[in-house]
Amino acid sequence: MADITSDLKADTTSPAHWSRGKWASVLLLVAVMLTALRYGGLLPDTLHRIPEAMIPPFAAWLDVFFNFVKDDLGLLTLTRTLTEGLEWLLDITANLMFGKRRWPFVGPIPWTAVAGVAAVIGYYLGGWRMAVLGAGTFIWTALIGQWTIAMETMSVLMVAAPLAFFIGLGLGILAWKYAAVNRAIKPILSVLQTLPFFTYLLPAVIFFKVGPTAGAVATTIYAIPPMILMTTLGLQKVPSEVVEAGNMSGCTKWQLLRHVYLPSARTEILVGVNQVIMLCLAMVVLTAFIGMPGLGAKLLAMMGSFKLGRSFEIGVTIVLLAVTLDRMSKAWVVKQPVHFERGTPWWRKHIVLLTGIGVFVFFCVAAQFVQVFAEIGRKQNFSQGKEIDTLIKGFLALDPVQNTTQAIRYVLNVWILNPFRDFLLSIPTPAFILLVVAFALSLGGRRPAIYAAIFFGLVALSGWWDRSVITLYSVISAVTLALLIGVPLGIVAARSEKWSQRVLLACDTAQTFPSFIYLIPAIMLFGITATSVVMSILIFAMVPLTRYTIEGLRTVPPEMTEAADMAGATRMQKLMKVQLPLALPTMAVGFNQAIMFAFFMVIIAAFIGTQDLGQELQRTLAGTDLGKNFVLGICVSLMALTFDLTIMKWATERKKALGLPD
Amino acid sequence: MTAETVISCKNAWKIFGADPEKYLRSMPAGHSFDDIRADGYIAGVKDVSIDVTRGEMLVIMGLSGSGKSTLVRCFSRLHDITGGTIAVEGQDLMSLSEKELIELRRNKMGMVFQSFGLLPHRTVLENVAFPLEMRGQDKHARRERALEVVKLVGLEGREEYFPRELSGGQQQRVGIARSLAIEPDIWFLDEPFSALDPLIRREMQDEFLRLQGMLGKTIVFITHDFDEALRLADRIAIMKDGAVEQCDTPDQIVLNPATEYVRKFTEEIDKARVVRAGVLAQGQVMGEGEPVEASASVQDLARLLVQDARAVIPVAQSGKVIGGMDRAAALEILLEAS
Repeated sequence: MADITSDLKADTTSPAHWSRGKWASVLLLVAVMLTALRYGGLLPDTLHRIPEAMIPPFAAWLDVFFNFVKDDLGLLTLTRTLTEGLEWLLDITANLMFGKRRWPFVGPIPWTAVAGVAAVIGYYLGGWRMAVLGAGTFIWTALIGQWTIAMETMSVLMVAAPLAFFIGLGLGILAWKYAAVNRAIKPILSVLQTLPFFTYLLPAVIFFKVGPTAGAVATTIYAIPPMILMTTLGLQKVPSEVVEAGNMSGCTKWQLLRHVYLPSARTEILVGVNQVIMLCLAMVVLTAFIGMPGLGAKLLAMMGSFKLGRSFEIGVTIVLLAVTLDRMSKAWVVKQPVHFERGTPWWRKHIVLLTGIGVFVFFCVAAQFVQVFAEIGRKQNFSQGKEIDTLIKGFLALDPVQNTTQAIRYVLNVWILNPFRDFLLSIPTPAFILLVVAFALSLGGRRPAIYAAIFFGLVALSGWWDRSVITLYSVISAVTLALLIGVPLGIVAARSEKWSQRVLLACDTAQTFPSFIYLIPAIMLFGITATSVVMSILIFAMVPLTRYTIEGLRTVPPEMTEAADMAGATRMQKLMKVQLPLALPTMAVGFNQAIMFAFFMVIIAAFIGTQDLGQELQRTLAGTDLGKNFVLGICVSLMALTFDLTIMKWATERKKALGLPD
Repeated sequence: MTAETVISCKNAWKIFGADPEKYLRSMPAGHSFDDIRADGYIAGVKDVSIDVTRGEMLVIMGLSGSGKSTLVRCFSRLHDITGGTIAVEGQDLMSLSEKELIELRRNKMGMVFQSFGLLPHRTVLENVAFPLEMRGQDKHARRERALEVVKLVGLEGREEYFPRELSGGQQQRVGIARSLAIEPDIWFLDEPFSALDPLIRREMQDEFLRLQGMLGKTIVFITHDFDEALRLADRIAIMKDGAVEQCDTPDQIVLNPATEYVRKFTEEIDKARVVRAGVLAQGQVMGEGEPVEASASVQDLARLLVQDARAVIPVAQSGKVIGGMDRAAALEILLEAS
């Protein structure tokens, strides 16, 4: 994302700065005047909102285009053919994991065998603790009675993640090898990363049939971008001497790639694998919205009917799966090969593999004789859904709890959120655009300002202005609240090494959770209300803010804080005059991420019931309104990109000015 | 003595920048390094002509950024030169197709790198066997050969280790073994010992001299350490701003620096250790009495020079007197050093 801005010329000379600020204030002034005119009733309606008649029918145009591609160019025939291949793969994993009656008709694999193999892999990658985590996750899933739905999810993941890996790797190599491909791919990646996931879903459904196939396709596409970026990064980072050594060894181009480049870029490629797995998991849960069965669908149904206990249990399963997959793939990144002494027998070298096979076979055979080893029946599981449900609801019904949540809800809604929303909606469109442009200009300079003008101009022309503003309002208010909590939390935690580590670990773990999970606590506390929307975004956006605050403060060079100490600065002075200014660029990256996360979450929160773009987007999923779906998606993407370009530009410039490493 | 030329480099240029070929064609003659830089280009190698003969050890010296690494990469065509010609065993490097170049590297050239350039995912043995694997040698033969070279560099028993499990010196031994695996005729070493600490460096130099004594290869060796150059070199080429300032034997460089830069460069050197009796031996007056060995340095002869009363001392090479050394001149060198 930052790559778009990185090639722009930095204009950090002081006169340029000055005129930048001046221009921004002029724009601000005009915006204020327009708004004042509107309040005074002097502004004609055509200047307040673009009249309906002037809005170009983007959706209809897009539909014509899509229909052309779909039918006349025969893309649909192509994708339907691909669907068959994909379906074949999905049927295989579905048969293996949960016994869907398809070829090869051998499944389902007993849950004990899966848990056993997970333990062996965990042990190989990270010792006993990882083994316990791996086995524990699957044992929990089976005992709680969610085995089948969890395996439905896993079976799609097992197809989508490798697909995303290979496509991403291939494109990454191409982008690294050919500058033209790189230039073409970068802007597309930026848009893809800000496009709301609902926009991935509908085309997937239209082109690839409802159900697991569409889910797998949407998941794959969603997970490709980071793999491309990591591959390119890794290949660029291979030391030149290693490459030269390869050349001097007489490598052909192919040998060089296969034996020198790819193995040397192992770390980055495996980080890519980790990201692919985590994004796939996040997305595969969300495919519930297009009717993909599995954990996501179950969670959606349970939350919809306000069954908090069952929602909670499914949430735990998803979180456990996420943590297991994340820890294991991260352990794989740092796992280094270790040599065996000469003369080590063959079986000793492959002991882990042999144990894995042994455990697998043992449980498969045992499952033939002991029924509970094969599957846990409906009545046998230990689900405490009802009990937890009563417990939570009882807790929420307690007077002090209810009073608190109601007070928070009241204060937030009546005093802060609703007035703020109404105020934003009362600003005339041109004034609003000017405000955003002034913001982009003062922070990022000319280029981001031009982008901001174009992007928000397009949003205004899309005909979805009010809903866009409401989306933006949710994002801004949630991120502001998250700032108020997350940044002080980060500052306090950064004071001691011990707490930094703890909070960072918590943030890391929280970031691996699929975003859907964040709805659960919000709904639990605030029910299905507008406050829940803001709350779920708030929790989700707080994570990067806290994390980058800590990282920013911890990476301030020690000689600078020591210099401040020696200059006799108090703790507060040191923080305000030395640490925060130096940490600010890093914190800005966190702020940017928080905004991106918020844009992502606000769309999911449409499920709770909002009046923004997400709500409209979700509605399009029911039909075949591809044009409208895209217009809405692009609106979200354009707004997110404006912030992304501006803030990242500021952060890079600032880092350069302070001489900090990127 | 007409030795066979292995690498012949004539007016070679290597310019980095947007369009170096076009720039070099249009560049006026006599443009200095700084002039070129002002035009937005960097002269990595600037009009270098040098010949390397078979079995010779040429040491290229210079400060960092002087173009020595670039020059050696032009010799192996890791860099394509911008102008001039470089021929290896009579073949013009730039006219080779990719396939021929790969063949040349697979059979004739070996290279050792400053930071080793080992493949982190391969064991010592697999790293050493890598060039053999690339040229398609069968598994058994390459294992055999790799074991042999690993033993040669003294890494026996570590064949199954991974690079990160070895010390710096050991890693460079792997690098050396790998470069020797294909039995190259030409051996390039790019500051092979710079990344090692002084004690290990000394040890590796001895090891290197031992190997060279056994193998007798044509060597281009890069260093920025003058002591190292003096220990190893048959000839030294001193580079500055991409150009070769002087290319000569160590004694000549110390005694007759060609340019002001070389003189400054060699100023701090203990000449008495470098200059040998053979160089000081004049043809006309042979002198009388017991001769000294031509290979002895002035420092080796210090006591004799001070105590002896002869004006001219005969110098002998393999039992035969080849000339007379002026004692006063030799003493002058000795005094200058201290």
